[in-house]
Amino acid sequence: MMIRMVIALASLLCSTPALAPAFAQGFAGLGTQADGFAVPEREPDFQFPQDHLAHPEYRIEWWYLTANLSGEDGREYGVQWTLFRTALAPQDGEGFASPQLWMGHAGLTTPERHFYAERLARGGVGQAGVEGDPFTAYIDEWEMRSTASAGDALDALSLYARGDAFSYRLDLEAQGPLVFHGEDGFSVKSAAGQASYYYSQPFYQVEGVLELAGGPVAVTGNAWLDREWSSQPLSEDQRGWDWVSLGFDDGDKLMAFQLRQEDGSVYTSASWIEPDGTLTAVPDGALEMTPLQTAEVAGRDIPTRWRIVLADRDLDVEIAALNDQSWMATRFSYWEGPVAITGSHAGRGYLEMTGY
Amino acid sequence: MTWRVFLTLASHWRRHAGQFATLLAGLALAVGLWTSVQAINAEARASYDTASAALGGAGAQRYQAADGATIPLATYAALRRAGWAASPVVEGELAVDARTYAVTGIDSLTAPGSGGDLGGGLGGGLGGDGSGGDNGDGALALAFLTAPGVILAAPETASALQGAAGLPRVETSAQVAPGVLLTDIAAAQRLLGMEGRLSAILIDPARQGLVPLSQLVPGLVQAGGSGDVARLTNSFHLNLTAFGFLSFAVGLFIVYAAIGLAFEQRRASLRTLRALGAPLRSVILALVAEALLLALTAGLAGVALGYGVASALLPDVAATLRGLYGAELGGALSVRPGWIVSGLAIAVIGALGATAQSVRRAAAMGLLASAQPRAWARASTRRLGLQAGAGAALIAVGLITPNFADGIVAGFILLGGLLLGAALLLAPALSLILAGLQRSVSGAAADWFLADTRQQLPSLALALMALMLALAANLGVGTMVGSFRATFTGWLDQRLAAEVYVTAGDEAQAAQLRVFLEAEADAVLPIWDTERDLLGAPGNIFGVADHATYRDNWPLLTALPGAWDALAAGEGVMVNEQLWRRERLRLGELFPVPGGPDLQIVAVYSDYGNPKGQIMVGLDLLTGLYPDVSRLRYAVRTQQPDALMAAILARFELPRAGLVDQQSIKQFSLSVFERTFAVTGALNVLTLGVAAFAMFASLTTLATMRLPQLAPVWALGMTRRTLAQLELARAAALAALTFAAALPTGLALAWALLAVVNVEAFGWRLPVHVFPLDWLRLFGLALLAGLLAAALPARRLALRPPHAFLAVFAQER
Repeated sequence: MMIRMVIALASLLCSTPALAPAFAQGFAGLGTQADGFAVPEREPDFQFPQDHLAHPEYRIEWWYLTANLSGEDGREYGVQWTLFRTALAPQDGEGFASPQLWMGHAGLTTPERHFYAERLARGGVGQAGVEGDPFTAYIDEWEMRSTASAGDALDALSLYARGDAFSYRLDLEAQGPLVFHGEDGFSVKSAAGQASYYYSQPFYQVEGVLELAGGPVAVTGNAWLDREWSSQPLSEDQRGWDWVSLGFDDGDKLMAFQLRQEDGSVYTSASWIEPDGTLTAVPDGALEMTPLQTAEVAGRDIPTRWRIVLADRDLDVEIAALNDQSWMATRFSYWEGPVAITGSHAGRGYLEMTGY
Repeated sequence: MTWRVFLTLASHWRRHAGQFATLLAGLALAVGLWTSVQAINAEARASYDTASAALGGAGAQRYQAADGATIPLATYAALRRAGWAASPVVEGELAVDARTYAVTGIDSLTAPGSGGDLGGGLGGGLGGDGSGGDNGDGALALAFLTAPGVILAAPETASALQGAAGLPRVETSAQVAPGVLLTDIAAAQRLLGMEGRLSAILIDPARQGLVPLSQLVPGLVQAGGSGDVARLTNSFHLNLTAFGFLSFAVGLFIVYAAIGLAFEQRRASLRTLRALGAPLRSVILALVAEALLLALTAGLAGVALGYGVASALLPDVAATLRGLYGAELGGALSVRPGWIVSGLAIAVIGALGATAQSVRRAAAMGLLASAQPRAWARASTRRLGLQAGAGAALIAVGLITPNFADGIVAGFILLGGLLLGAALLLAPALSLILAGLQRSVSGAAADWFLADTRQQLPSLALALMALMLALAANLGVGTMVGSFRATFTGWLDQRLAAEVYVTAGDEAQAAQLRVFLEAEADAVLPIWDTERDLLGAPGNIFGVADHATYRDNWPLLTALPGAWDALAAGEGVMVNEQLWRRERLRLGELFPVPGGPDLQIVAVYSDYGNPKGQIMVGLDLLTGLYPDVSRLRYAVRTQQPDALMAAILARFELPRAGLVDQQSIKQFSLSVFERTFAVTGALNVLTLGVAAFAMFASLTTLATMRLPQLAPVWALGMTRRTLAQLELARAAALAALTFAAALPTGLALAWALLAVVNVEAFGWRLPVHVFPLDWLRLFGLALLAGLLAAALPARRLALRPPHAFLAVFAQER
């Protein structure tokens, strides 16, 4: 019918500007002003399960899970599942008018390959978001869903994500409590006082299946979930960070990061976590992270072996990437992959590097 | 030795730099014309492939609510949550300052080309380049997403919208079709009052391993829209292909003529070289080498020229393609090996073909043969007869082929046979006409004039053939375009006879609307249809109310008497042209209505642009047979469409998309067509220009060679001025005669394009409309081309000093 044809003509879809530039100020727009957005304050009073859900009045937020896994044959794998929220304005809204944007990243690393996928969605339309009862963080068919019958909603989770050449379905069971970084979850990110709310569940035991081209692979291992939200976690002169979450064979864990400033200096922060959940915050300057070796990744030189020293804890270890090419070539790109730990302590962990 | 022969032959050009320049320019122009058409074609095809990869192959299909209503947001969420790659679309009409615009709202995070999972070829696909992009359009991309949003519109639309109140900021974008406001989906919903609802969802139906669409979203059906658009696209490609074909023929003739003349001019040098003992082999090698060198030099220049022309035309082509299917043609023309090679190939093939003839003549030339250029060479009756026979045979082959073979190739064989055949027939026909005239005139001067013209025919024949082909192409394509436009406009007028088209949101609203409209409007005509298999293929069945609107306006191709009465009584069906042709149906035959009785076919109606079969039955029969048919759409007849539309909008919560006025539909579709054919028009003028140049080149060359023929006439008392005037008159007469031959050829060409190629390609036939005023204009152009081509040689003749004429006798050899 002609009428339909004409209407079809009228409805031509043109190629649209990619979203990427919208995020391109600083790294992921994290260095911009926090106009109108809420700002984290000291002495947070977290309420759960509400605080597991989204905080639309803050500019950015994430549900960030990394897992070190092994197949039955001992082969090592890494898995990442992340839901980011970015707000264009500090409120929620109905339908497409909502200024909340969501982005999902999924990664699967083997010693030889690194797979990744990315999803984007608008808030307010049911395509992505975080809901309670049961706690579910989702974008498209990817989801992180609470399977806990009692206790904290994050005590047990099921996790699913899928890309063009991979998918995974994992069940997670927490073996310890939530831990709160910095000052009870108020995590300072610069000498100027930029901060975020930051807590973790680092005690997951994992069982699940990875679907790869060669067929399903049953895996077990450990996982670490980060929850963080803020409105301006980087100061203007900070260009990126190097972050690790390490699990040692003796049961202790370390979260550590350094923020690299333009003048070459760094701002460091770390949390030493004991098996019972006792967390000791490590102040700026106590942690040393030294690149040992770089690899050429996506046309840039990226340190994939590091020396990490924390004198207070007699820690002097080297971490080395399972796969140097763990590059997330997503709209804003970064390195994220599993590492092996050797030296004074042994174990496994995850390394994230941005702004290279 | 060969080298020395080559140098000697080439030295001719040093003494005749003007001739050399003309030869090179002619070759370069021909190659340039061909190359520009090829370049545009290649670019269009490349962008078509990109677009179909993004919209099809990769590949989003458009889905709409089966009942024609809007789609709830939850449907979209359900699709995404089930893992389907999908993107929402909101569409509607928005009146701003008494003009209606088509608003399209998209979700830039998931739309095809955004780099999302419907990505295809446009946006780099999943993951993008990961570099974070540059900052150039960052602010715009952000503003697009943030309330109140940004409207992207074509420059002319944007300037029309300047100062309009209540709209978000308008930014110009060459990527948006005119009359369309492209904006974020949230902004579109606000503008159209469609919050929470969608017009359509683009889905990639090829995804595997998910809950099937039919189960997940049973209310959605794939829309035929993209198919309709693809038809139009094909039509545009056909235009370009036909043009490429014509320009190839014209170009080949010109190259052939130019090289042939180059040989004739050097007959004397050749004779002398041979007499001095240059071996025939060396002469032939030198001729071939020279032809190749010329072809490559001029070919390269032509390719560069073609690139320039194509670049200049590309914005129009880009706008056309965008208008047709939103394909993005980059602003810059990319250099593709295909058209460069083909440009050089046409130069080389033409040059070698012409050289072959020169070589044959050189070989046949006696050592003591006349060294005079054979400008006066009288074509033998036998040769003309052979040529005429070949031409007639080619035409016959072209005409017969479609009877034996189907498909577009047969159509093109027909085109080729017609064109080449007509070109070959030209010289014999002109010769016959001139001979006839010669017999009927009295007086020595007139007799000499006609005889002299006849004698020049063989040398001018190729240039005249090129002119004729150019004129025929102009006529043919002009007629086709004009017919297309006239038919389409008329058809739109007839089909869209009602002033307002309205679609209700649901059945309850439809009932209220009907009550309201029956009181307010002159007539309310239901447009109800259902999708059913017709003779084994998917099709539509429409119910038609018994109303004068249809009886008076609906275009029937052929009908039995009392067809509308039979339809209203439920005793007959009307079928669309596509179904009629495809199934070879006949009037009066019985047609099995799915789930109903066999009814007589009482009429066939035209249904341009629709690939599917379609039938119309009486409205009562439709609702009787298919009680579940969607009853939401109505055509409304009224004297005051604007007032009525305002009243409907004020009274009903109607999506703006549900209310369409006929004027804006017509305007929009016509503007798309105008752009399509702007390109054709430009190419037409170019072809004609090139043919005129070929004639100029031939005449200029002939002018120097013809002095020995003119000198005796001058000596008998005819002034140089009169001779020059006769030269002009001759050129004009030949152009007029060529036009006379081109007219039937062009009309036959148009007929072949419309009645054969179009039917083979699309399944419907366009009626031929003729435009005598255009012929007159073209006749004027042909005369002008002839006169311009002869002007310089004639002027030179008029000013040539008498001793030059005397010298002819002094140097008689």
